[in-house]
Amino acid sequence: MNRNLRVATIICLLVGLAVSPLFAGAGQEEAAAKEPIKVGAILAVTGGASWLGAPEAKTLEMLVEKTNAAGGIDGHQVELIIKDSQASAEKAISFTKQLIEEEQVLAIIGPSTSGESMAIKDICQEGQTILLSCAAAETIVNPVAPYVFKTPQKDSYAAIWIFQTMQKMGISKIGVVVGNTGFGQGGKAQLEKYAPEHGIEIAIAEVYDGAATDLTGVLTKVKARGVQAVVNWSIVPAQSIVAKNMRQLGMDMPLFQSHGFGNIKYVEAAGAAAEGIIFPCGRLLVADVLSANHPQKALLVEYKSEYESRYGEDVSTFGGHAYDAFVILKAAVEKAGSVEMADVRNAIESLQGVVGTAGIFNISPSDHNGLGLESFEMLTVKDGKFVVLEQ
Amino acid sequence: MSFEQFFQYFLSGLTTGSIYAIIAIGFNIIYNTTGIINFAQGEFLILGGMIGISLSSFLPLPLAIAAAVVVTMGVGAIIDFLFIKWLKGPSVLRLVIITIGLSILIRESMLHIWDEKVRTLRHFTGSEISSVKILGAHISPQVLWVLGISAVIVVALNLFFRLTLVGRAMRACSDNRTAARLCGIRATQMVTFSFMLSAAIGALAGCAISPLTQTQYAMGAPLAIKGFTVAILGGLGSITAAVVAGLLLGLLEAFSIAVLPLAYIDAVSIVVLLVILFFRPSGLFGNREASSLKEF
Repeated sequence: MNRNLRVATIICLLVGLAVSPLFAGAGQEEAAAKEPIKVGAILAVTGGASWLGAPEAKTLEMLVEKTNAAGGIDGHQVELIIKDSQASAEKAISFTKQLIEEEQVLAIIGPSTSGESMAIKDICQEGQTILLSCAAAETIVNPVAPYVFKTPQKDSYAAIWIFQTMQKMGISKIGVVVGNTGFGQGGKAQLEKYAPEHGIEIAIAEVYDGAATDLTGVLTKVKARGVQAVVNWSIVPAQSIVAKNMRQLGMDMPLFQSHGFGNIKYVEAAGAAAEGIIFPCGRLLVADVLSANHPQKALLVEYKSEYESRYGEDVSTFGGHAYDAFVILKAAVEKAGSVEMADVRNAIESLQGVVGTAGIFNISPSDHNGLGLESFEMLTVKDGKFVVLEQ
Repeated sequence: MSFEQFFQYFLSGLTTGSIYAIIAIGFNIIYNTTGIINFAQGEFLILGGMIGISLSSFLPLPLAIAAAVVVTMGVGAIIDFLFIKWLKGPSVLRLVIITIGLSILIRESMLHIWDEKVRTLRHFTGSEISSVKILGAHISPQVLWVLGISAVIVVALNLFFRLTLVGRAMRACSDNRTAARLCGIRATQMVTFSFMLSAAIGALAGCAISPLTQTQYAMGAPLAIKGFTVAILGGLGSITAAVVAGLLLGLLEAFSIAVLPLAYIDAVSIVVLLVILFFRPSGLFGNREASSLKEF
């Protein structure tokens, strides 16, 4: 008898607990009558590419919180579902299926790496779910898949910028070393494609293991070819190791890096060896020195100061790619005035002049990236800081 | 190939080899007492490096490294106390699985205590750009430090295991635990010692290689795999052999780069490892008879 009473009391309490939020929420429900938008994000928050995924996840959390506090997108609150893929393509694939089939998200932001993005490109296309990749390889949007977009600048632009800078510096014979990731291989292909038309000879091109901790061997080989400059194209922390190893080997020719170098942590990791590294990059890292009338200035300074004050760490261009993905999605929903998948997708494809961290996006049915050659700036490292390269 | 180039490949082989060697040493200590491979050795390495880097921001470098070694040693002792000590006559397989589990535990804890970022310790002498010129070829002074520290560790450990009572007791536990206990050796205590010692050496190695390889929470496993390969190549249990095998593997890789595309580097080292193990299953310098008596 006594026991039954106790059970009944517990049940009453539990039911009460379960019901009370419904009543509490009723008031808000009326205020935001529109259905929330579900946005998935597959990011390498931990694991080998966490230096990409962690700032991306932080950026999205910050943006979504801010957007929701300001009334959401077009009155829709945003529900962000972040999945940590740990840079594994297998995990990215299963999360993609989960987000499309179970969560039925409007769009997926990410993945962080090119390999993962390529692994889920077809799944998103078949599942007719918008994918806004934060990875760099050009193959993600070339050939174009109607539902797949990407926010970082194209590899080919980076290669062209590097070669144009070399021409100005009078460099004609170079060595190329790349990491064995999707990004590295893609970069090698672009470098080899654009070198001849810029009159540059690639004397040696080598691919190294992404997890390599010492690259003096391969650099010795590069040194022996008598090159005038070295290009390293990788997304792995090997970027700092290449710089250090070159100085240790007494190689004093210029070192060019890809746009994957856009994180001040690499400069800190390479210390004095980072001085003079030249690389193409978006303007986020030099936001403070941009002229006041530059169209990106206000957005870049706002993102940088908000991110840095909230998380107490330096902003990187990678978080910016997630920022741009969210900005594009937001602009598209507002433009479409609907949250129907097909309407939003069509709206993205016709977005013009959207200001993002990487540049100004002019997306079209044939260009699912939308950034131009001018979205890059050549930067260099001076006294441990990124500055615009004076040519 | 000119002499200078040849010598440069040689030095670059030494650089890689010195890293392999110093990692491989740690594997042998726990193996020598317990007969198991501690798969969390790579994590000791990174843990030591991380602590060293954090402390070096406000402590002088030698003090920071010493503190990192002591703290990691403590972690080694705690691990033994919590996970190993209470096991009654555990099988080798069970211990191996436990150490693999521990490696994941330490790795994830490091992710939470620090973060996902790549860090690096200051160079012991000079900086990232200093290089020592020997016979027309260049090498980082840090490599000389790593080689020097490896040499000191090898000499000290050899003396310790041969001459001191504790060292001999640890070896006895490895040879025959029951017999050792009958002789009055407290086997569980020796295992604790070996975990502490191997954690300490891991931490020292982690600090020494950090300026070269950099340090990140997830880097332990790939480094440990190379170290493990080298320990097997040299012959498990011998510390001197580990260093020699590490340098050999480093040189082999460097010279394979000289003639083959870089992509083949791991294929070359694995093929050599397989060939050596095929003809000498107990490793390059291992004693065939002794290793046949071991469980693992």
